[in-house]
Amino acid sequence: MADYYEKKDLADFANIGEYSPKLGKKYFDYYGEATKAGALSAREKALIALAVATTQKCPYCIDAYTNSCLSLGISSEEMMEVVHVGAAMVAGVVLAHSTQMRKIIKKKEM
Amino acid sequence: MSERSTITPFEQMAAGPLTAAGIEIFQINLGYRCNLECRHCHVEAGPKREEVMSRDVMEMCLRILQTHPIPTIDITGGAPEMHPGLSWFLSRCATLKRRLQVRTNGVILLEKEFAHFLDFYARIGAEVVVSLPHMDMKITDRQRGAGVYSKVIEVIRKLNDRGYGQTGGGLVLNLVHNPGGAYLPGLQGSLEEHYRQALQEKFGIVFNNLFCITNMPIGRYLSYLRETDNYEDYMTALVNAFNPATLAGVMCRKTLSVAWDGRLYDCDFNQILGMTVNHGAPDRLSVFEWPKLVSRRIVTGNHCYGCTAGAGSSCAGRLAEIDQPAC
Repeated sequence: MADYYEKKDLADFANIGEYSPKLGKKYFDYYGEATKAGALSAREKALIALAVATTQKCPYCIDAYTNSCLSLGISSEEMMEVVHVGAAMVAGVVLAHSTQMRKIIKKKEM
Repeated sequence: MSERSTITPFEQMAAGPLTAAGIEIFQINLGYRCNLECRHCHVEAGPKREEVMSRDVMEMCLRILQTHPIPTIDITGGAPEMHPGLSWFLSRCATLKRRLQVRTNGVILLEKEFAHFLDFYARIGAEVVVSLPHMDMKITDRQRGAGVYSKVIEVIRKLNDRGYGQTGGGLVLNLVHNPGGAYLPGLQGSLEEHYRQALQEKFGIVFNNLFCITNMPIGRYLSYLRETDNYEDYMTALVNAFNPATLAGVMCRKTLSVAWDGRLYDCDFNQILGMTVNHGAPDRLSVFEWPKLVSRRIVTGNHCYGCTAGAGSSCAGRLAEIDQPAC
């Protein structure tokens, strides 16, 4: 396990197009367009990315977007708020799936 | 760690030495005395510093400015206001009809002894550059000292009252953002928009431009990086974010930095590191030679990565347009 999720591997992200440069370039073009300021500001998009990074439990993305948020002058309180939005969404998604469970229970119980 | 030996030498990364392309900014550091002791200060300025530019050196600066076509005079320190000859010197600079700017910590202008500079700067038409590292009071005060945020807000209000920062007011007020920790500054456009909106909504105050400046891994900031075990990560972030597009505009290529003792440097950071102008160009005002200085080879080091990371950094903020913040 010691070789997984090494901090220095974040810098290797630029090389994920290795062995498939054409698709790699398409991905980076898309990533760049999707995450740069548009109708939403750079700050809003960085916060969304941070929420996704934490809910998806990606240490590289958490590192990158915590730094991005700091760089953009986003406060620690604002960052924690989006983490709670993510946490609430994940909890909601889990609880919503209990519908399936509850439906089965109701069908099976006498 | 004291020095990253594994770091690629800057000139190698830059594909060759940097050379000056004229002298457009004559940056004069009047001394290292300051009423504050900010944690990010590369100068390590403070109340106990005793380096102060002499009248002789100031006269030499004026003579060189009079006889050479340098468009911008940039006054810095320490706190320039703590130099006893500032009014005299600025008055003389103003008669030269150049662009004249003063970098002030702002809060000193609320002290009775120095408050007259508010009107004085306005009267001579000096541009004023004030440090406001963050829109979050806690972060600014942590970096610059308790109560600084509120005082800077008050000073900006006083400058606005004198016509500074107003659209069409003619008097320029620029603010400086520095990251409040071991990370790089974000997109200047985004931060400027955030500052402008927040300062207007919360306090009804205005400014012209926001300069985002990367903290240099030297001086007090270097001590902070080392004490918090952030030095290696920070240097790695700077090197990984190296952006060759910044090289054309790095400030050393068009700036000459003059220290309190008349020594010449390619930038204020080299000044603090004691790395004088070299490679055959004169290293002090007393032997000033325009032809050698305008095309001199720049003295570089690992700290130069601080000016070339991401969108780049200079005393006037970013050097290149980027879509994403470096991290």
